Amino acid sequence: MITDTHAAHADDHHHGDDHAHGTFSSYMLGFVLSVVLTAIPFWLVMSGALPSKQITALVIMAFAVVQIVVHMIYFLHMNTKSENGWTMMALIFTVVMVVIALSGSLWVMSHLNSNMMPMHEMTGMK
Amino acid sequence: MSPDLLKLIFGRLGIDSLPLHEPIVVGTFVVVALGGATLLAGLTYFRLWGYLWREWFTSVDHKRIGIMYMILGIVMLLRGFADALMMRGQQMLAFNGSEGYLNAHHYDQVFTAHGVIMIFFVAMPLVTGLMNYVVPLQIGARDVSFPFLNNFSFWMTVGGAVLVMASLFIGEFARTGWLAYPPLSNIGYSPDVGVDYYIWALQVAGVGTTLSGINLICTIVKLRCPGMTMMKMPVFTWTSLCTNILIVASFPVLTVVLALLSLDRYVGTNFFTNDFGGSPMMYVNLIWIWGHPEVYILVLPAFGIFSEVTSTFSGKRLFGYTSMVYATVVITILSYLVWLHHFFTMGSGASVNSFFGITTMIISIPTGAKMFNWLFTMYRGRIRFELPMMWTIAFMLTFVVGGMTGVLLAVPPADFVLHNSLFLIAHFHNVIIGGVVFGAFAGINYWFPKAFGFKLDQFWGKMSFWFWVSGFYLAFMPLYVLGLMGVTRRLRVFDDPSLQIWFIIAAIGAVFVLIGIMSMLMQFAVSFLKREQLKDVTGDPWDARTLEWATSSPPPDYNFAFTPVVHDNDAWWDMKRHGYQRPLTGFKPIHMPSNTGTGVILAGFATAMGFGLIWYIWWLAAGSFIAMLAVGIGHTFNYHRDFDIPADDVVRTENARTKLLAGVK
Repeated sequence: MITDTHAAHADDHHHGDDHAHGTFSSYMLGFVLSVVLTAIPFWLVMSGALPSKQITALVIMAFAVVQIVVHMIYFLHMNTKSENGWTMMALIFTVVMVVIALSGSLWVMSHLNSNMMPMHEMTGMK
Repeated sequence: MSPDLLKLIFGRLGIDSLPLHEPIVVGTFVVVALGGATLLAGLTYFRLWGYLWREWFTSVDHKRIGIMYMILGIVMLLRGFADALMMRGQQMLAFNGSEGYLNAHHYDQVFTAHGVIMIFFVAMPLVTGLMNYVVPLQIGARDVSFPFLNNFSFWMTVGGAVLVMASLFIGEFARTGWLAYPPLSNIGYSPDVGVDYYIWALQVAGVGTTLSGINLICTIVKLRCPGMTMMKMPVFTWTSLCTNILIVASFPVLTVVLALLSLDRYVGTNFFTNDFGGSPMMYVNLIWIWGHPEVYILVLPAFGIFSEVTSTFSGKRLFGYTSMVYATVVITILSYLVWLHHFFTMGSGASVNSFFGITTMIISIPTGAKMFNWLFTMYRGRIRFELPMMWTIAFMLTFVVGGMTGVLLAVPPADFVLHNSLFLIAHFHNVIIGGVVFGAFAGINYWFPKAFGFKLDQFWGKMSFWFWVSGFYLAFMPLYVLGLMGVTRRLRVFDDPSLQIWFIIAAIGAVFVLIGIMSMLMQFAVSFLKREQLKDVTGDPWDARTLEWATSSPPPDYNFAFTPVVHDNDAWWDMKRHGYQRPLTGFKPIHMPSNTGTGVILAGFATAMGFGLIWYIWWLAAGSFIAMLAVGIGHTFNYHRDFDIPADDVVRTENARTKLLAGVK
């Protein structure tokens, strides 16, 4: 609402409000991809096609990452140009933060776990 | 009534929850109740309720909300500082077999409340208040992007503060230290309401902080006036942008950690328990992923204030603007890579500790670059030692000391000696008081004339300055010494009589700071009384450089009758140099957002819900939650969200200013 008061200068100071809203076919493509990307992990779990649970889990994680990208492109209409590149910048920042927090926590907690948690045999410690 | 019915109505709240057995608390309650009653009676007598409600509480004007944040911060400073005085008194007295005057139960609440209040309800409101007030003016906007959200955010912060204050008289506060580490904060070791007060106060206030962060990011990204590219933004706006990015990126972590802790406490999950697969160390890890960025959230805007002040009072363009911006951005990223230095001693081993030790040392590089930029700005400048500049110089001296003890603590082997000692306490008070508090005071003295149209009184300002600065050194230098001698934090009684002298010096320092705070309140009162003498009609009392000084003091509701156009970094300085003429005709109606009471009501229900959850009063919690949803959805049907200030009103306001300005010349 307050942005309205700035309509006067929104013209000479263009923020890129021309959101790409997608077409019917792009939405359909996104939808089909999402369904496929959801169905495959289900099938992997139900059928037990892969030899070990760990590999299955990793493959499902990989599908999840692709799924996120599909959603971002087809449903959130993210690209390098929208909003003068701010959405891309925000995405990169978010990814960096999440990677730091997750990988850092895993690294820190695995060290703490092996060094400090009880019930470990002494030989297991370095 | 049957006990079951009582329990249904009041949860675990009963007469015995009131701390009637604590004479100190009862005494405080009597004083607060009398003071509060006087205030309420005064407001009623002078018929100010309607005025306050219409013009302030329901206001969506970023300027009024900013001022209300500042008032909240200063009021809570009094509470937090009262806790500090009690601690200093206790530690000074509890020697030679004396137990002091605070029992362990009370003392533990005091140090927890001190930390929580000072960070969440003093430093955060002061910083948010200044950002709220200044940022839209600096970028030539008429308000923030989402004015109603701004009002709601403020009242959520107030709601959190109300819960913390309520814990003083109804029940008790946490006795866990300000970050409430489990397993101590888990239900097994803290079965009472203290930790629940902690959780819900922070959760309610946290909603406000996060939303205000989103609001200000959007404002800075979207509402800059024409010509103000990113690299032409004032440094304070830059640091505000980075701070709010940090808020949005880190506060969700705090929210989630506290949510997991409350699941542990309320429904018996085992995220942070010692057994059943839980790990309390995970809590420490996660809360510092929020906690370390938090200290940069506080200090970055302070850096911005110092940049504005240094350049204004040196009469020079800021030295190294670009490097200042990059240093800020680098600090923003690096602040996410150092969290483990808060728990070097927890046992993550040499490789992890060295990584985080090195990243911590690296972060001092951009900070040092900023320090040199300020020095070079002052170099060969025509420095005016007004109050904001005095606070800035005190900051530069003090913060460097704090920074260097920080680098010392970043060395893991040294940290093993100093961890949780009073050396650490001295270090972080050194950077938070020397950085954030001095920064807030510099900002208050600098922007006060903008907000109220008159300068602050010099004499009481200088009193406040000297008592604060000397009091800070007296209070915290002894703690460095004690820390090096091995005294740990949060102790209530001491065995070694040779330590007492240091605690006595520290207590004297605390009294100095008390005089400093009183002087500041005196400064406000005296300045108000002398407002005609201290009046500024130019809107630019300091001969300053950025856009907020281009408009009148106080600015009109709409900030700028015409949106300014920017050609240079120091936009207002540039305009003055090029003989800028204020437009006197051609005013148009100005579209503005309407005030609404919805923010107050929503935050009120959120606070009631928090209270219900704390005391297990389930009907209250559920009822408030439903009411909150209903009011929130109801507000979406409110179509009276905006109005136009008629062109005639704009003309009247601007003509009045023209007359004032003509009187000056």
